[in-house]
Amino acid sequence: MTTDGPVTAELEADAERAESRRGLFLALPSYIYLLFLFALPLLIIGVYSFASRSRTGMPKLEAWNLDSITKLFTDDLIRSIFARSLIVAILTTAFCLLVGYPFAYYIATRSEKTRNILLVFVMIPFWTNFLVRTYAWRVLLGEDGLITELGRFLNLWDSMLFTLPAVYIGLVYGYLPFMVLPLYAAIERLDWSLVEAARDLYASGWVAFRRVTLPLTKQGIIAGSILVFIPSLGAYVTPDILGGAKTTLIGNYVVNQFLTARNWPLGSSVSMAIMVVMLIATIWYFRSGAKTL
Amino acid sequence: MTTAAVGIKGVTKRFGDVVAVDHIDLEIADGEFFSLLGPSGCGKTTTLRMIAGLEYPTEGSITIHGEEMGLRPPNKRPVNTVFQSYALFPHMTVTGNVAFGLQMQKISEDETRRRVGEAIDLVRLSGMENRRPGMLSGGQQQRVALARALVNRPEVLLLDEPLGALDLKLRQAMQLELKEIQREVGITFVYVTHDQEEALTMSDRIAVMNEGQLLQVAPSEEIYERPNTRFVAEFIGETNLISGTVVEPGIVKLADGRLVKARTHSGAGTAVTLNLRPEKIDLHHTEESVPEHFNKLSGTIVRRLYFGDSLFYEVDFGHSIVDAREENRPGRERFAEGAPIIAAFHPDSAEALTE
Amino acid sequence: MTTRDGSALTRRLDRILKGHAWFVYLFFYLPILVLIVFSFNESRFFTWEALSLRWYRQMFANDNLMAALWASLQVAAVSTVISTALGTAAALALERYKRFLGKRTFDALLYLPVIIPDVTMAAMLLVFFTSLGRQLSITTIVLSHIAFNISFVSIVVRARLANLDPALEEAAADLYAGRWQAFRKITLPLIMPGVLGGALLALTLSLDDVVITQFVKGPDTLPTFVFGLIKRGVTPEINAVSTLMLTASVVLVLGSLALQRRN
Repeated sequence: MTTDGPVTAELEADAERAESRRGLFLALPSYIYLLFLFALPLLIIGVYSFASRSRTGMPKLEAWNLDSITKLFTDDLIRSIFARSLIVAILTTAFCLLVGYPFAYYIATRSEKTRNILLVFVMIPFWTNFLVRTYAWRVLLGEDGLITELGRFLNLWDSMLFTLPAVYIGLVYGYLPFMVLPLYAAIERLDWSLVEAARDLYASGWVAFRRVTLPLTKQGIIAGSILVFIPSLGAYVTPDILGGAKTTLIGNYVVNQFLTARNWPLGSSVSMAIMVVMLIATIWYFRSGAKTL
Repeated sequence: MTTAAVGIKGVTKRFGDVVAVDHIDLEIADGEFFSLLGPSGCGKTTTLRMIAGLEYPTEGSITIHGEEMGLRPPNKRPVNTVFQSYALFPHMTVTGNVAFGLQMQKISEDETRRRVGEAIDLVRLSGMENRRPGMLSGGQQQRVALARALVNRPEVLLLDEPLGALDLKLRQAMQLELKEIQREVGITFVYVTHDQEEALTMSDRIAVMNEGQLLQVAPSEEIYERPNTRFVAEFIGETNLISGTVVEPGIVKLADGRLVKARTHSGAGTAVTLNLRPEKIDLHHTEESVPEHFNKLSGTIVRRLYFGDSLFYEVDFGHSIVDAREENRPGRERFAEGAPIIAAFHPDSAEALTE
Repeated sequence: MTTRDGSALTRRLDRILKGHAWFVYLFFYLPILVLIVFSFNESRFFTWEALSLRWYRQMFANDNLMAALWASLQVAAVSTVISTALGTAAALALERYKRFLGKRTFDALLYLPVIIPDVTMAAMLLVFFTSLGRQLSITTIVLSHIAFNISFVSIVVRARLANLDPALEEAAADLYAGRWQAFRKITLPLIMPGVLGGALLALTLSLDDVVITQFVKGPDTLPTFVFGLIKRGVTPEINAVSTLMLTASVVLVLGSLALQRRN
């Protein structure tokens, strides 16, 4: 290879191949790891969706059938849980956006020094243990919790624990930072002279916001929405701690099929279904022009 | 005959279907200040990168002082590069940056210290040794990049638009300084630029490139005075291109039938383009003041622009509009818009181009 | 942007935004503060009695909890180190090599663990380990954590690499550095903040994970153990553990911010 002669097309191609081998070599460890501990398990669970259930709940790799798949569309319980989960995920995303946008806007329009300080205080909940943060609401919303006492004092609500509102509070609390950070990044990047140009061209403050600011921060809105929607749809910890029997979401249902009810084929097909919804959301996100998550 | 500092023979570079450099041959002499000049995407940077080893040719031979470079990686070539973005290591001081190449070559510590000191002196950065690149101005960063390359005493120094990021005043000062440093160290410089003025001021020889091909390789003056193609004529400086036909050697007939004396290189009947620089045209009120053997064409001033150091006229000759430039000197006549004039130029100033 | 025209409307809008922001901060921090305060309360109930470290003593005396903490630390340390190494190599391959066999597939495969829901990932890993006939243990937890952490590390490191001028590495090669030297002297020091950031993220995710660990666990980790406790009911001891976990998170965030500032 290191022949010190003039270069020919073959030699150049050899050199390029050697270079691409080096790239592959670097990628190989994680490539193999993910093929075995991600792609293969994903494939297996896909196959299990078609397996039948043995008496012990384990899949029998014979008598292949579409039972688990058809059950997704026919079983009333699964359908209602799936519908509820979708609504919860969509509403959680909407709440986060409504609360998060003005909040991110406020931070992004402060002076640089204030901005950085305010941002640190968003980063802290972002990085803080999710389980602990959810647990905190169990305390606040519990029988003698602060929020419950407040509700009683105002004569507005009693303990919300184990109800759907508690699940919403927990999810919004848990995922709001995921919404705020991309929104902040988008608003902070905004070229404010464009808004001024709109005002100069006779737009009112509201019109300038709707026609200039909002479209230009669309990327942040979409990114934040995806980041909230995906974990909300698959949520398990929050509904399990703050919700009750009537608020079972699809994540809890999957966990039950695997760890309690022992119907692995059904659990497999339901978790595949969740993944398909996520993939659609993600593909739509990348289609909308995003390059990275 | 001495071997060339850089020899390029039959070099082609393809990126997929795109031909970046198309079978070029070039020899750069030892100690020469050589410029590769052309518009962006013409292949000049690719050529430089192939000499450096940062890119391998698809085919062809590149030699440094007669030695074939083949597929040698950049770290095994006796050349160094000053990058367009300077590519200074942000986590190292000025000294660290300049010493890097010597350390990689395992030069002794004493010698490294001495040579780094010399290089920093050469580019006049004494006192800045412990600064990081982020704390230096653009011009200072440029000098560090230069010192970092020169300290290795390369056989050839490659410079990729090194002054592109500097503002005009600083660029002009650095042009002079670079030229001065090149004379001092005597190393062959291969200089890539898209700025024709920069190439003209600094280079011993210039190669003009377009679409991967070498159009003309010649000393600066020749490139300007005697471009061999319309592209070179138009790319270097301002010019007028007037089409005509050769009537007999030395005589060209313009489109409107007028005959002018010009430098021709082709036989009667060939279609040519006359290349006539604006400053080569003298404007007169009457024919009397024009020297005998000059070409004389009558026309009308259609527009006058004041440039401070010169005046710029657009002259209508009926069939074509030609630009003329007159230096703003005391005693020079000025012409008003609409005034009839005689435009005069020496036959040697009009080059008949066939390509 | 400041309120340039200073009209009454704009000023009022700004005040509303400000009020809203403070409300959101209150929303973020009130629950956490309540937890912390009550973890120092002598009483078992949520009425203030007296300052006390009783629950912290009880926590440290709880052998099961300490075992879970130890398991968590082991899992986090091992999975962070391995996933940081693998994820960094993957990032280098994707950002610095124009093409190699299966690059596009690899790129997609690397993104999937980030977007896949926790429950799906948990289910498939459980199914995978059992179908291999593997006993669930601390090893299966570590293997699972690496599987999701590689992707997060590689995303963080790639972002850093994408902002690094490739000419720096070319300059190193031009200045006689071999591949390894160029990597060690130039590339690695310059992407180090990204690598550390990725490692920190991996560490946090590993210490946070409940769902996947719940499925593939042999022994309990701290989150799964605490999760079990929470499901049985609220106790001041959990407040104490939570306060400890919160402190660890905050220290990690502030540490990472300090690290970023230095660069």
